[in-house]
Amino acid sequence: MIPFAYSKPTAVDEAVKMAGPDARFIAGGTNLLDLMKENVARPERLIDINALPLRDVETTATGGLRVGALVPNSDLAWHPEVEARYPLLSQAILAGASPQLRNMATTGGNLLQRTRCYYFYDSAVPCNKREPGSGCPAKEGVNRIHAILGASDQCVATHPSDMCVALAALEAEVIVTGPGGERRIPFADFHRLPGDQPERDNVLEADELILAVELPAERFTTHYAYLKLRDRASYAFALVSVAAALEMDGDRISTARIALGGVAHKPWRVAEAEALLVGQLADQANFAKAADALLRGAQPLEHNAFKVELAHGAIIRALGEAAGGITQ
Amino acid sequence: MTAMQSPVGKPLDRVDGPKKVTGQAQYAGEFDAPGLLYGSAVSSAIARGRILTLHTEAAENVPGVRLVLTHLNRPKMAGENDAYEDMDAADGAPFRPLYNDRVLYSGQPIALVVAEDLEIARHAVSLIEVEYDVESHETDLYAQLDRAHDAPAELPEARGNVDAALAKSDQTIDVEYRVPVEHHNPMEPHASTVMYFPDGSLLIYDKTQGTQNSQAYIEQIFGLEGQVRVRAPFVGGAFGSGLRPQYQLVLAVMASLTLKAPVRVTLTRQQMFTFGYRPRMSQRLRMGASADGKLQAIEHSVIGQTSRFEDFTEHVAEWSGMLYHCDNVALKYSLVPLDVYTPLDMRAPGATEGVYALESAMDELACAVGMDPVEFRLANYTDFNANEGKPYSSKELRACYAQGAARFDWNKRSAEPRSMREGHELIGMGMATGVWEAMQMPASAKAALCSDGTLRVSSATTDIGTGTYTVMTQIAAAAFGLPVERVEFRLGDSSFPKAPLQGGSFTVSSVGSAVQKACDALKEKIWEAARQLADSPLAQGAVDDLRFVDGRLQLGDSPEHGMALEDIVATCGPIEAEVDGKPGEAREKYATATHSAVFAEVRVDEALGTLRVVRIVSAVAAGRVVNPKTAGSQIQGGVIWGIGQALQEETLIDHKLGRYMNHNLAEYHIPVHADSPELDVIFVEEHDEIVNALGSKGVGEIGIVGVAAAIGNAVYHATGKRVRELPITLDKVL
Repeated sequence: MIPFAYSKPTAVDEAVKMAGPDARFIAGGTNLLDLMKENVARPERLIDINALPLRDVETTATGGLRVGALVPNSDLAWHPEVEARYPLLSQAILAGASPQLRNMATTGGNLLQRTRCYYFYDSAVPCNKREPGSGCPAKEGVNRIHAILGASDQCVATHPSDMCVALAALEAEVIVTGPGGERRIPFADFHRLPGDQPERDNVLEADELILAVELPAERFTTHYAYLKLRDRASYAFALVSVAAALEMDGDRISTARIALGGVAHKPWRVAEAEALLVGQLADQANFAKAADALLRGAQPLEHNAFKVELAHGAIIRALGEAAGGITQ
Repeated sequence: MTAMQSPVGKPLDRVDGPKKVTGQAQYAGEFDAPGLLYGSAVSSAIARGRILTLHTEAAENVPGVRLVLTHLNRPKMAGENDAYEDMDAADGAPFRPLYNDRVLYSGQPIALVVAEDLEIARHAVSLIEVEYDVESHETDLYAQLDRAHDAPAELPEARGNVDAALAKSDQTIDVEYRVPVEHHNPMEPHASTVMYFPDGSLLIYDKTQGTQNSQAYIEQIFGLEGQVRVRAPFVGGAFGSGLRPQYQLVLAVMASLTLKAPVRVTLTRQQMFTFGYRPRMSQRLRMGASADGKLQAIEHSVIGQTSRFEDFTEHVAEWSGMLYHCDNVALKYSLVPLDVYTPLDMRAPGATEGVYALESAMDELACAVGMDPVEFRLANYTDFNANEGKPYSSKELRACYAQGAARFDWNKRSAEPRSMREGHELIGMGMATGVWEAMQMPASAKAALCSDGTLRVSSATTDIGTGTYTVMTQIAAAAFGLPVERVEFRLGDSSFPKAPLQGGSFTVSSVGSAVQKACDALKEKIWEAARQLADSPLAQGAVDDLRFVDGRLQLGDSPEHGMALEDIVATCGPIEAEVDGKPGEAREKYATATHSAVFAEVRVDEALGTLRVVRIVSAVAAGRVVNPKTAGSQIQGGVIWGIGQALQEETLIDHKLGRYMNHNLAEYHIPVHADSPELDVIFVEEHDEIVNALGSKGVGEIGIVGVAAAIGNAVYHATGKRVRELPITLDKVL
C-alpha cells in the first residue's frame, strides 16, 4: 500500500472535479482495498463517494428501475421491487461473494471489480493487465479459471461478477457522468474485451463516475434462471455461470437472453444464439444449438478445456430451468 | 455421602471460551508494549538464485522507518547446523532466514522493514527493489521423478514375497494416487512479538505449538542461553504449522536485538504460503486378494517432494502394513528435492495422504473381488500390528464399523456403481477406515494447592484450539474431587514444566498423564503436611485410605476423619509438587492406535460434474474421551478438513515461475458452512489400561484420516468413475 490522500465530497460534481488518473473513487472498498494492500492498485488519492446522494432505487418514467450506484448489493438483492420485477438479478447477486461482502459492496463497485486472475494479484510476477507490456504468464501457466472466449494474446482474464451477468441479460444501462456531462452506456458496451489494452476492463474514463444502473421495464419474471458452477458451495467465483431469461408464447420461445459469466473478460452474449431460439420449442435439442452458438470459437487453454463442456451443459440446464418456469 | 461426579468424561464447556468470545484472549500478534515497532517481510520473487543487490535506500528514507534488515546487516547467528535443528527438524540443514545471499525458494524472506507502524513498514517494503542472479529451478515433482532418492525413514522390513503373492492372487490392482500441496492456513497468521529488556533478555509472544522449542531455537541461534522466555497463552489454530519455529520469529528477534526495542512481525495471509505445507505426493499401490476376499499382498510405494536442504519424511506407507492382516507387504518411500521450502507436518501427517491411497485402493480391490467394502475390511481384520510384531493394546474398530454402518444405514446402499439416483443427481455411498498412532511422550507438570484452596496446575504445553485448558482442568479436578471452578490450568510458557510439542494427538496422553501424576504427588504431600498438624484428624491411616472428596481430604468414607483443603493450606501454607512423566512400561509390549470408520454420502450432478457431500458418519475408537464436547469438535473439524482435502484444497504451482499462485483464501479453497454436511460423530466405547494412566488415546488427528477416501469411494459408487488425484474437482468428474 502506498500513502494516499483522502477526501469525501458531498456533491457529484464536486467528486467528478476531483477525479483524475492518479485518483480512485472508493465506495464499499471490498476489492479496491485488497488491491491496494497488494500494491496492485496504487492510487495517490482516494475519493470517498459514500456521502454522495446515489442510494435511491426508483421506478423510471418508462417503467424501468433506476438503481443508485451506492446501493449495496445486499439491499439490491433483497429490494422488494427487485425481487418482484427482476428476480434474475436478485438471484445472481446472492450467488456472489459472501453476506459480509455483499453488505459492503455497491452497485457501481460491482461493475468495476477486477479479475481474480492469480497473476494479476501477485505484484511479484508479470501481468499485462497490471503492468502493460510485462507479459502474461497465465496463458501458459495456472489457467484453470481463465477465459475460453474473447481472450487476446495479451490477456486471458475473466470478469468475476455474478451481478453483471444478470445485468447483461437484462440489458441494463449504465449511467455515468464526467466533465462532459452524463452519458448512458448499454451494458453490452460497458465492459470490454482485453485486446491489446488489457489494463482497461471497461469504457469508463478516469474522470467519469457511475451514477446509476437502469433496468428496462420488467420482463422475465417467470422464465429465468441463474446457474453458477464453482468449486465450493459459497464464496467462490464462477467457473461458469449462466443467466438465462425467456419469454414464452405457449410452448414456444418468443424472446431469449443468455449471458455467460466466468468464461470471458466480460459477460458473454451471442445475438445469434438467442435468435436461434426465437419461435422454437423449448427442448434440449434447441438449447444445445444455442449452447453451440454461444460457445462457437471457444479457445481453451491447457487447464480449462473442461469449461467448454461445462458451459455447454450449464446453458442447457439453465434454459431448461428457465423454460420450466421453476420458482427458484 | 454422595461424592461429586467426576468431571472426566463430561461435555464441559471450554474454560477459556468466555475469554475468547469477549476478546480477552490475547494472541501472539496482539501483545503491546510502549514503543512497539512493526516489521514487514520482503519475499523473494524468484525460486532459485542469488541476491545481487537489495536497493533499500528508498525504503530507509520513508519517515517512520527505523531499520531495513538484510543478510548484510543482521545480527550474528550461529554457523553450525545443530543450532538450527529444532525439536521437529527434518534431516538436513534447516533454512536460516537472512543468513546469506542465496535464494532457495520463491517467497523466501530476504529483508525485513521495521517501522513505527505497520502501514509504513508495508509501504516501505514495496519500495525495495531486488536484483537477482537468477538460476534455473525445478518445482515440478512429476517432471523430476528420476531424481528420487530413498527417504531417510525407518520403514518396517518387507515381509513375505509381494511379487509371488501377487502372481497367485485371484484379483490384483496396480494404481497410482496423487495428492497436491496444501498449506495449513490457521485462522491466526503466524506472528511473534518480542519484548526487549535492558539486560538484553527477551520475552517473546510467539505463535507456536511448543514454547520450549522456540525458546531453545532462539537461544541457540543467537547465543542467548538463559535469556529467552517464550509465551503462547492462546494460539488461533496451528495444525502443525507451529511445530517448527517459523521465520517471523527469527526476523522479529533480529530486529529487536538490533534496535534494542520491542518488535512485532506478523505474516500476511500471502506469506502463510511461504513456509511449511503438506507435500505433493505420488503413491502407487499394488495389491492382491484371493477370490474369497483375503488380502494376499500389499506394496505401497511413495514418492514425495521435499526441499533441496532438508529431507522431510512422515509416516505415509506404514499404515498399509499395520491396518489389515496381510503376510506379504513391501513399503517404499523416496523423495525428490525441489527448489521449494521443506514440507511440514500437517494434521495427521502422512496418514492423511497414505490412508487416503490405501483406503481408496481397498475399495478398488473390494470391487474387484465383488465384496461389500465393510465386509472386505472385516475379512482382513487384525488385532495384531505386523509392522511392530505386537498386539494392539485395544482396537474397537469392529464396533466402529458396526455402529457407523448402523447410523449411516449402510445396508440401504445398493452395491452397483451408478445404481442410485434422485433427479439430476447420482447418489454415492462410500466408506473408509481411519487410523492414527496413540503416542505418549515424556512430559512434566506442576500441581500446587494455593492458599485460597485453588488447585493450580501448570505445564509448558499449548492449547492450539484443541481444548487443552479444558481437559487438563477436568483431569486435575477429577484427581482431587474438586469442582472445575476451583482448578486453574496454566500453559503456554517456556518457564513452566517441560512439555513436548503439541502435536500428534499425544497431548492428553502425555501432558494429561503428567497432570494426573502431579496431582497424585501433591495429594501425598498434602496428606503428609496435614497429618503433622496438631490434633490432626488425619494423623492415623495409610495412603491407601486417603480420599479426596468434595474439596476435602479424608480417611476412607469418614468425613469426621478429614479436613477441608483450604483449612490445610491455611495452616500449612501453599503446597506444590512437580513431576516428570514418561510413557509407561506396559506400552512396550503393545502397539497403540486410534481407529475410525468413516461413511460418506455424495450427490453428483451427472451433466455438470458438481459434487456435494451430504452426509458423513465418523465412528471413532480413541480410548477414554475426557471431554466429548471438545473431542467431538476435533472430529468434526477433522472431517470437514477431510472434505476440503477430498474436493477443494490445492496450492497451485506455476512451475515456470516456481511459485505458488493461489496464495489467498479467496482462491485457495477450504470448505465454507454451505459445504458442511449432516455430520454424525460416534465415540465407540474402548477400554484401555495399557496406553496410559488415563486410558485416553487422543483425537486431534483421527477425524481427518480416511475422510477423503470415503468421499472418493462414494464418488466412484455414484458415477463409476475412479478419480485418483485430489482434489476431486468437477472437471475431473465431468
